[in-house]
Amino acid sequence: MNSHDDKGIPHTTPRQSATFSADVNSDIRRAAATGIYDIRGGGAKRKVPSFDDLLFMGASISRYPLEGYREKCDTSVTIGGLHASNPIHLDIPITIAGMSFGALSGPAKEALGRGASMAGTSTTTGDGGMTPEERGHSNKLVYQYLPSRYGMNPDDLRKADAIEIVVGQGAKPGGGGMLLGQKISDRVAGMRNLPKGIDQRSACRHPDWTGPDDLEIKILELREITGWKVPIYVKVAGARPYYDVTLAVKAGADAIVLDGMQGGTAATQDVFIEHVGQPTLAIIRPAVQALQDLGMHRKVQLILSGGIRSGADVAKAMALGADAVAIGTAALIALGDNDPKYEAEYNALGTTSGAYDDWHEGKDPAGITTQDPELMKRFDPIEGGRRLKNYLKVMTLEAQTIARACGKNHLHNLEPEDLVALTMEAAAMAKVPLCGTDWYPGKPNTSY
Amino acid sequence: MQSFDLEAQGLRALNSTLNAQSTETNQTVWEVTNPKGSHAIAVGLDAPIEVNVKGSTGYYCGGMNKQATIHVHGSAGPGTGENMMSGKIIIEGDASQYLGATAHGGLIVVKGNASSRCGISMKGVNIVVQGNIGHMSAFMGQSGNLVVCGDAGDALGDSCYEARFFVRGSVKSLGADCEKKEMRPEHIEFLKEIIAESGVDAKPEEFTRYGSARTLYNFDVDNAGAY
Ligand SMILES: Cc1cc2nc3c(=O)[nH]c(=O)nc-3n(C[C@H](O)[C@H](O)[C@H](O)COP(=O)(O)O)c2cc1C
Repeated sequence: MNSHDDKGIPHTTPRQSATFSADVNSDIRRAAATGIYDIRGGGAKRKVPSFDDLLFMGASISRYPLEGYREKCDTSVTIGGLHASNPIHLDIPITIAGMSFGALSGPAKEALGRGASMAGTSTTTGDGGMTPEERGHSNKLVYQYLPSRYGMNPDDLRKADAIEIVVGQGAKPGGGGMLLGQKISDRVAGMRNLPKGIDQRSACRHPDWTGPDDLEIKILELREITGWKVPIYVKVAGARPYYDVTLAVKAGADAIVLDGMQGGTAATQDVFIEHVGQPTLAIIRPAVQALQDLGMHRKVQLILSGGIRSGADVAKAMALGADAVAIGTAALIALGDNDPKYEAEYNALGTTSGAYDDWHEGKDPAGITTQDPELMKRFDPIEGGRRLKNYLKVMTLEAQTIARACGKNHLHNLEPEDLVALTMEAAAMAKVPLCGTDWYPGKPNTSY
Repeated sequence: MQSFDLEAQGLRALNSTLNAQSTETNQTVWEVTNPKGSHAIAVGLDAPIEVNVKGSTGYYCGGMNKQATIHVHGSAGPGTGENMMSGKIIIEGDASQYLGATAHGGLIVVKGNASSRCGISMKGVNIVVQGNIGHMSAFMGQSGNLVVCGDAGDALGDSCYEARFFVRGSVKSLGADCEKKEMRPEHIEFLKEIIAESGVDAKPEEFTRYGSARTLYNFDVDNAGAY
């Protein structure tokens, strides 16, 4: 009751519902008006336990630090040496995740290749196949083998430096892809062998294998076609990391890409992004455990992705046992995605910089997630590549700063013992002690 | 003719030898003995050679083939001819599931029956089956032709795009957005040619054509139930 009345009874403050919040209500109204679920790009926007809930302890009397800038702190990583005769050597353990040509413009893909190459790391194709710009500008290019097999062919397969069999994506474990008609230009349509302007669905499951036994045979086939030269990665979403990693390793993977629920997507149902999958922080320990139980930790490399933003995130992922990380969204932001300089245009699209996620509509003011020739012109792949290189360098320096402070001469020497957790949840997930204690929930030989 | 004993010489030796053949090779005819259902036989070939496999094959025989003709004198396992680009695969016996999955080109001929998901996501290949095919065949078929001289199982052509299906016998059911289409002279002409090329026993006039109704091409809420 909040209306005035004559008897002078004080009225109550209008109270919004926590359950029916403004966000929720706007979703309901949108659904009622359109009859279709909300599709968007990006990763989970809700707050989940994350690397922000972990801290490094740094050096002390029992651990001495390395001199910043003076004493060496190596950042290199080799991926895929288990079965492949040509493993991938990277200068830094931060790779560029697979993002499709189609979702991204050709120049954006080129910029990712340029930036990654200058920084001494790899980039990855995506749904829709390999473009010449991307191959040409990428020193090390990982070729994704996806359920849709759009653009898949043996010639490109043999041009790849590694093959990544995509089983799942953190944003949508168990989901396929979608590229709406607005983005299907002649070029995209041609590469995918589909009519222009129609909505393209990418299957959620591979057309010619199901289950771990088939996967083993699929990996054999791909190795036979590529002469056992290049590494074969298997990318899985953060669904059941212990079992997925175990099965992928048993099937013969050289490396595992593990993608948590904060991981971006080009276009998926919002309900899928926000409600399916596990946070990146929660999936790393089970994955590492699986590798250790198989005696394969550091032999089969673990590449972690999903919400990696800074050198601190890189260092934390590596301390918990990852060999490398992959970035998607952060790389796009480095290129200029969601830049406030386009604020007026974001407003015209009914959004604001930082929140713009209708990438599937192809109207990106920054010219990155679009196939519109006019918008694409705004984006300079050389400048974009330089920005990405700078950002990768900064992340690397940040991770090194932390590693030196912990007394490590290689990022791989970071270990869980360097970390503490700020929250009980993070302590349980990362299996590192809650700050100020020597305990985490589920710690062996404790009863709680 | 070159002969290769798979059991004695091994898969890696077979595929690396066949992969080393170039367009100009003189060694154009190969025979593979003792296949014994092995997987990944003659994958990734890229030369105008003929490979005769004397027995049955496992998964992915002829996967990603370009140019080569692969003749399986037996039955073929799952995913045979997957992602084939060009060339020809002939299977004397039956073919297991996912035959010609995502294949972009070339011709696959099955003298016996093919199983479920035949031609799944086909992207330009022609597949001719003398016998019957199983359920969910040509699911999401994008382009190319699937010619079935026998019957088709449930949900033929579900969510298909521009691929064409010609079935002589019955179709147990059509998948979402797949419909019966009119046979025009160009279709009879196409069938005449492909029947002759694949050596199956059928007359073009006996077939019915099916293809996409194109109602799912752009999302429409009134079709939501069909997705
Ligand atoms: C625009 C965009 C397109 C993507 N396309 C693909 C794709 O084609 N294949 C794939 O496996 N993952 C795809 N992803 C997911 C990324 O590979 C990666 O898993 C994710 O972006 C990592 O999380 P982050 O964005 O938080 O760094 C895409 C992500 C984005 C943002």
